[in-house]
Amino acid sequence: MKYFLQRIAFYLFTLWAAITLNFFIPRLVPGDPVQSLIAKFRGQLSTEAINSLYVLFGLDDDKGLWAQYIDYWQQLFRGDLGLSFTFFPSPVSQIISDALPWTVLLVGITTVISFLIGTGLGVFAGWRRGSWTDGLLPVTTFFSSVPYFWLGIIAIYLLTGPDSFFPSSGGFDSALVPAWDQYFIPSALQHSLLPALTILISSVSGWILSMRNMMVTVSSEDYITVAHAKGLSERRVAVSYAARNALLPNISGFALSLGFIVGGTLLVEIVFSYPGVGFILLQALGAKDYPLMQGIFLVITIAVLVANLLADLAYLLLDPRTRKEG
Amino acid sequence: MTIPTSSTAQVIPGQGAMAAPESAKPGRAKRQRFLFLKNKKASFGLVILGFYVLFAIIGPWITPYDPDARSNDLIQPPSADHWFGTTHLGQDVFSQVLDGTRPVVFVGFLAGAIATVLSVIIGITAGYLGGKTDDTLSALSNVFLVIPAIPLMIIITSILDSASNLLIALIIGLTSWSWNARVLRAQTLSLRRRDYIEAARATGEKTWRIVGFELLPNLTAVIASGFIGTVIFAVLSLITLAFIGIVSAAGWNWGTILFWAQGQQALAQGAWWWFVPAGLAIAFLGTALSLINFAIDEFVSPRLRSAGKTKLKTASGGTVRMRIGFTPVLSNSAEPHTRAQIHPDAMTPVAREAAK
Repeated sequence: MKYFLQRIAFYLFTLWAAITLNFFIPRLVPGDPVQSLIAKFRGQLSTEAINSLYVLFGLDDDKGLWAQYIDYWQQLFRGDLGLSFTFFPSPVSQIISDALPWTVLLVGITTVISFLIGTGLGVFAGWRRGSWTDGLLPVTTFFSSVPYFWLGIIAIYLLTGPDSFFPSSGGFDSALVPAWDQYFIPSALQHSLLPALTILISSVSGWILSMRNMMVTVSSEDYITVAHAKGLSERRVAVSYAARNALLPNISGFALSLGFIVGGTLLVEIVFSYPGVGFILLQALGAKDYPLMQGIFLVITIAVLVANLLADLAYLLLDPRTRKEG
Repeated sequence: MTIPTSSTAQVIPGQGAMAAPESAKPGRAKRQRFLFLKNKKASFGLVILGFYVLFAIIGPWITPYDPDARSNDLIQPPSADHWFGTTHLGQDVFSQVLDGTRPVVFVGFLAGAIATVLSVIIGITAGYLGGKTDDTLSALSNVFLVIPAIPLMIIITSILDSASNLLIALIIGLTSWSWNARVLRAQTLSLRRRDYIEAARATGEKTWRIVGFELLPNLTAVIASGFIGTVIFAVLSLITLAFIGIVSAAGWNWGTILFWAQGQQALAQGAWWWFVPAGLAIAFLGTALSLINFAIDEFVSPRLRSAGKTKLKTASGGTVRMRIGFTPVLSNSAEPHTRAQIHPDAMTPVAREAAK
């Protein structure tokens, strides 16, 4: 329990750090970015939007930095992330909450599947070291070096077409209205297959490799020899003795590398025009929509923190040492 | 050295010299120095990396065309004139790929160097000093580890309009040091209480000397592998930033090529040559760097080496699978549990007596 409370405290601290970072980044911009934005949009911005921009960049002179910081927190607690000017006048929070479920479902499910498959293959490759499975490593290395989005482009080129099963873009058939019914769900699944496959192929190799290395390290421990000496079946030794112990570092690795994975998957969404957070981010970048960009960064960070917390819970269940009181 | 099924030499490749120390004396120093290169993964990776560095230096001078120059050959497939085909403006893709090598290699290595220096300072300080310093620095690196780096980079780069390659390298370096710092801290913690460090402390060596001359040499492999890992990450980050079009001011790199290919619907026009070369260039660079990293891992921890042949034929025709920490028992008889035929010259005097 103490372990768990420590982790919660750490995540709260990280959240605070991320929010503070988010507060300071726009204030680092040299010069007067608002003037250049106003010039860029040539009068398309309303006075309200211009005012919120001045607040965002910390350029309203009548307030000190501390007062601005307090204001920023008060806004956040109200769930107010400002107004987007790509999708003016929608508030940022509404745009993100529309896009977030797509990303969470696609990236979340795919990452977990990738971890499970990769770990399984890694157990096998580590246990059968020196057999043909070693030939798997160069292939997976190559795939992990390919940028996610490039693999997506190639997949679109090779697998989609006028009469292909795989649609090349979007999250659902444009003739349908999002709803939980028998038409929409199969269409959404069909559209997410190719992006999911892309993420799976490029992220699975990392898990294979780290699990293989842990298995190789663990399988020379004394307790493995003892298990063999007891005459336990090969399978039992591999799964209940070696893999179980090799899994723990891999799970903490899973938690820590989530931030890296999310960055790569945003790009996959862009390539497939998948209606998730990454695609919105691209539009925000094109329009220099700073409130939307910052909102997205904040939401991604919170999502990664929550995922980390879940991974910690899994660790708590798997490793009895962390449950020990005192 | 005439033991027929010499199992030790099979299991620990590269250490065969241990068995005959007296005969290998003169060649030994040389062998030690280039041991790392004897690893096939290391030499293969270094050769590929060498080509990339070469093209990074000479690339912009040997491009057959100006990468920006337009011509009338619009969207042509690869030919003798244009090896990688042309773009929608008639620009030569081969020239763009060559010209784009320099920024990629430059940003990759500079960002890697910045992140490595930071991680060494933070990781070793935290691990060696311990206490409050350790708590603070560990919390700092954990925070940077958990905050998603790519979105952060995207936002910073986008806000600093038209960033140069130098600035991008700086941003990538400053946001990607945390993983190495964590690894280095753990390694320093385990070294800190070793006898030789205690001895150095007891003889009154200064802290900077212990860190510089006792700790650092033993952390070389960890630092090197962290550096290579960061270079891979930095290259991918630069490509990502360029692909979404927020560093287009910084000249050609492979990501910019992909950005234009995507923006001009290269896929819909079937122009595969527009995005395949740049992607393969990234993939091979990444593979080369990963191979070097595997080699370093295997160099440090010989257990991880692909052991080559693990199935051995015994003299009696049976097959045994070798495994570390596990000695195969070949028969249930009371006889000595080996069927390996030992050459009489290789026997110890006692064994020779027993064999008679």
